[in-house]
Amino acid sequence: MHNRGSNKISSRIAQIRLVSSHPEVYEPCDDSFALVDALLADRNNLLEHRPTLCMEVGCGSGYVITSLALMLGEEVPGVQYIATDTNPHAVEVTRETLKAHGVHAELINTDIASGLEKRLAGLIDVMVVNPPYVPTPEEEVGREGIASAWAGGENGRRIIDKILPIADKLLSDRGWLYMVTLTTNNPSQICLQMREKGYASRIIVQRSTEEESLHIIKFWRDFGIKPDTKENMTVNKTAPARVLDTLLSQVHWLSLKKSGNSNSS
Amino acid sequence: MRLLTHNMLSSNIKGVTNGFPLLIEVEKVIEKPVDFNPDFLKNMFVKVDWKALVDASRSLGYAELPEETPESSVIDSDDFLRKFHHALLELHLEEGALVCPETERKFPVSKGIPNMLLHEDEV
Repeated sequence: MHNRGSNKISSRIAQIRLVSSHPEVYEPCDDSFALVDALLADRNNLLEHRPTLCMEVGCGSGYVITSLALMLGEEVPGVQYIATDTNPHAVEVTRETLKAHGVHAELINTDIASGLEKRLAGLIDVMVVNPPYVPTPEEEVGREGIASAWAGGENGRRIIDKILPIADKLLSDRGWLYMVTLTTNNPSQICLQMREKGYASRIIVQRSTEEESLHIIKFWRDFGIKPDTKENMTVNKTAPARVLDTLLSQVHWLSLKKSGNSNSS
Repeated sequence: MRLLTHNMLSSNIKGVTNGFPLLIEVEKVIEKPVDFNPDFLKNMFVKVDWKALVDASRSLGYAELPEETPESSVIDSDDFLRKFHHALLELHLEEGALVCPETERKFPVSKGIPNMLLHEDEV
């Protein structure tokens, strides 16, 4: 079902036939595949990074956190995985998906990282997020069930803008954040916003489908950037243009197997 | 839910200032073996709240951890690391509840998953 070429690759990520489902839980789709592809593309760096704690915010079906646990696997022993979702059905489905693949993540049914922010601050080495990024009317944001997987309010930014400061708080000094964004979310503006918090960024995967254009962006703390200082803003008057240039020059065009996307149902 | 997770969770109710550690109401505890990884344990040793871990492990029926915060040299002891490993990673609260120490509000734990969702008037 999952057109990913060799067995070697498919054994490193979650298998679609083993991903559990529920009518109220978002199934792995193009955005999920793009995020996992980004993690695979960056896998060697992740192996060298040797994270201790990895976290997914909004784990949905569990496809991404399971894939991350499988691809780091035995090569990075002793990693602990934590995944949250605001949808109770989603954490339950994630539990089943993890179990079917023989991997473990600690699951918490919560809003983003509520209850974890205090004690987990500065401890997360790798965070992955496929946020609800679809532009919707504001009143759809925060609804229960499957709508929580996509409803993003104006420009699809309502939840993204809530997640970013929390990610900044939870990430360790060497923490990395991988996030899915849509062109409508204004990814270059997100990168600038993160730059003001001291993060460098790079697009790991860009993917266009008939409906949407997705970017998977990786953020990491760059200690050459002075976060939140006025001098920084003055010095970097040309930052918007520069960041955009950097991003565009760094797009990695992975060879895509579009036929592989027919497995989302 | 592992006690590692318990050690990282606080009551998230609006207005609560002393939300850590959450008390534990036990209905069912399970044990699952986990590969022993000294590096991970040494890494986490400085990050866990020792008293919270000791109390939580006792709630789950495991009384082998020393009450007092051990000296940092203890992490070179295999015997200590094995006990720390067992308490931190192998004991799971499968069914029960976490209780806010300030308000006594209960957060249910079902199939090993704590539900930290708040009601509208708690946010």
